[in-house]
Amino acid sequence: MTTIVGATAGATPPATAVANRHKRDWRGWGFVGPFVAVFLFVFIAPLIYALVSSLFSYRAFFGTTEFVGLSNYTKLFGDQLFWSGLGRVALVLLIQVPIMLGIALVIALAIDSGRLHGSGLFRISVFLPYLIPTVVAALMWGFLYGTNYGLVSQINSALGTHINPFAQQWILVSIGNVMTWTYVGYNMLIFYSSLRSINASLYEAALIDGASEWQIIKAIKLPHLRGSLAITTIFSIIGTFQLFNEPSIMQKMAPAVITNSFTPNMYAYNLSFSSGQQGYAAALAIVMGLITVIVAYAVQLRGLSLDEGKK
Amino acid sequence: MGFNTSRRGFLGVATAGLAAAALAGCSSNNTSSGSSASAAAFDANKSYTLNVWAWEPTIQKDSEVTKAFTKQYPNITLNITNTGGASDEYTSLSNALQAGTGLPDVAQIEYYALPQYSIGSNLADLTPFGAGDLQSKYTTGTWNSIHQTTNKGAKGIFALPVDSGPMALFYNKATFDRAGVTTPPKTWDEFYDAAVKIHALGGNYYITSDSGNDAGFLTSIMWQLSPGAFKVDGQKVTVDFTGADFQKFVTIWQKLISEKLISTSITGWSDEWFKGLGDGTLASLPTGAWMPANLLKSSPAASGNFRVAAMPSIDGSAKNAENGGSSLAVLAKTAADTQAAAYKYLEFVSNGPGATLRVQAGNFPSLEATLEDPNFQASTGDFAAPDLLKYFGNQEYNKQLAAGAKNVNSGWSYLPFQVAVNSKFADTVGKAYNNSGTTLKDALSAWGDAIVSYGNDQGYQVTKKS
Repeated sequence: MTTIVGATAGATPPATAVANRHKRDWRGWGFVGPFVAVFLFVFIAPLIYALVSSLFSYRAFFGTTEFVGLSNYTKLFGDQLFWSGLGRVALVLLIQVPIMLGIALVIALAIDSGRLHGSGLFRISVFLPYLIPTVVAALMWGFLYGTNYGLVSQINSALGTHINPFAQQWILVSIGNVMTWTYVGYNMLIFYSSLRSINASLYEAALIDGASEWQIIKAIKLPHLRGSLAITTIFSIIGTFQLFNEPSIMQKMAPAVITNSFTPNMYAYNLSFSSGQQGYAAALAIVMGLITVIVAYAVQLRGLSLDEGKK
Repeated sequence: MGFNTSRRGFLGVATAGLAAAALAGCSSNNTSSGSSASAAAFDANKSYTLNVWAWEPTIQKDSEVTKAFTKQYPNITLNITNTGGASDEYTSLSNALQAGTGLPDVAQIEYYALPQYSIGSNLADLTPFGAGDLQSKYTTGTWNSIHQTTNKGAKGIFALPVDSGPMALFYNKATFDRAGVTTPPKTWDEFYDAAVKIHALGGNYYITSDSGNDAGFLTSIMWQLSPGAFKVDGQKVTVDFTGADFQKFVTIWQKLISEKLISTSITGWSDEWFKGLGDGTLASLPTGAWMPANLLKSSPAASGNFRVAAMPSIDGSAKNAENGGSSLAVLAKTAADTQAAAYKYLEFVSNGPGATLRVQAGNFPSLEATLEDPNFQASTGDFAAPDLLKYFGNQEYNKQLAAGAKNVNSGWSYLPFQVAVNSKFADTVGKAYNNSGTTLKDALSAWGDAIVSYGNDQGYQVTKKS
């Protein structure tokens, strides 16, 4: 808006420019206004509120809230519980996300190959878990994992094993498995829709050139998927850093393993609601948001530079 | 966590006839005794509405206690909200307190959480209503617990007891006999020896379980062995886990963990836990006296096998502590005349006819008179509980539990921010239970550091003795 007004002003004699400024047209705001109002209220205001809260601390003894400057932030940087929680989600990110995207990719390519019977049913059944609320999914898997009542207990008694998915060394695998189960379908759908948009003439040309199916995948399909791969990776990074539902539901089943600071989001929740440290929780949320933005942005930059390198 | 809803199991043995009998025997206290000018008088001709937050089944909307109260006080309308569980209630209560609106008039609060709410002057002092004269009625443990000091240095009585939980050792005699443990352990050393014998029965046999997420258990052991662990003097708080007897316990417990003689994978209150208690693979349980009804309900398979013994101590002497239990408090923001009506309700539930009804429904009493009642001790007459008697092999289990209530150490206090630091217990102390190489002593010390840092953030001056 302003730039357009400016540009017009620059192109006309000063006298008219002044007249123009007086006759400034506000009709555009009528269209943008509702969005801007909602945007400010829903996105900007909570951010500012969190930023302001993070500079304050509630003092239970006095029953007052005091301004503490950046001390919540300095405390956070020395907080072992926060960093180990971040380490946990980072580990999930490094291991679970590539596995999940890999499986989604293979399924998308398989469906797209057109050699699958009943691919429609296959597609919907892979996508189905995504339609189940994560809370329900976590509960369901929690019951499967139970060593005393679930599928695992039956496997253990049938094979004489002592597998415990809620044990300290397996818990991340167990949670990662639930996440993979839930989100493979969603990512598959993004890959698949991207594959469908490939111009069929490319395939014809490849066939005329005598390309094998593998060569088609390598030379046509995968390069075409790079954009959606970047998108799904970024979504997965954001989703993993925000890990909350699965562990907090399973906490009831393994409270000694999934502690209150298991993931940064759980930690923020508990700081805020169990120990009344809303200011500290706000600082944690902001730092976590910044870390997510930085990592996601770095991945996006890398994705873009790879794209350009190819062209 | 230990303080959860599963504890509130109840028997429902109360009958309408018993309720009527209890009502007939009622003689409610007059507030005239020790009343000061500040306390508004209760007016039987005025109508009052009390908003009550509670999770305990015996004080819910349609419980016998509520019916009997409404009958006796037709001018007081009870508006009871079931908060689901203790921790959910604290979340709502803390939020409402910070917001300053949406508060109830009466709230059920566990003893360990009471300091947290009284310190901020959030609760009404009940002394002006005559609560100061009630000492002879209550057990030492509960009477101690309801005395608190506010941040302004005002001492007072900020709640009346609902129930109590003097600790005892609940043990499975069948498993103990098979392992060759003929008498229940009197000391924690003997407890270790018994643990060795019981684990020898088979790899899945353990003397007890502790997965390191229940702060309530270890703080109760501190209360039992070194009750000076937390000292609170207004703003000044000291944390001292170095008490000699408690450290001896830590050493023994460490041996039990390291040698895998207690189960660290079975979490308290899980299905697995009740199953283990039922089939005898978890052979004992040191916990509060409110446990019998829960055992009967959730581990029925062990009926006839369980017995109750005194808590083991370091030197074999009878030292005890409380574990769990809750109280009813009146919020400070409640209008003065409503507070007078609220106190009527507290009295009715805590030491009036409601108290008897609640014990009949499975609560463990906090009143000396009930504890000493031969019918209560023998589970006969008004307190008949044939199923429970059978469960404990006809042992007069209440007699043993009542004896335990007499030995509760005085001089214990919870931290004024216990709820908050208990939420950090599994994060720190839990490490000693999951093969991470951290010792229980170091893990406790780390919890102590977390307590110091949290307390100082909240405006206290916390020091830790190490």
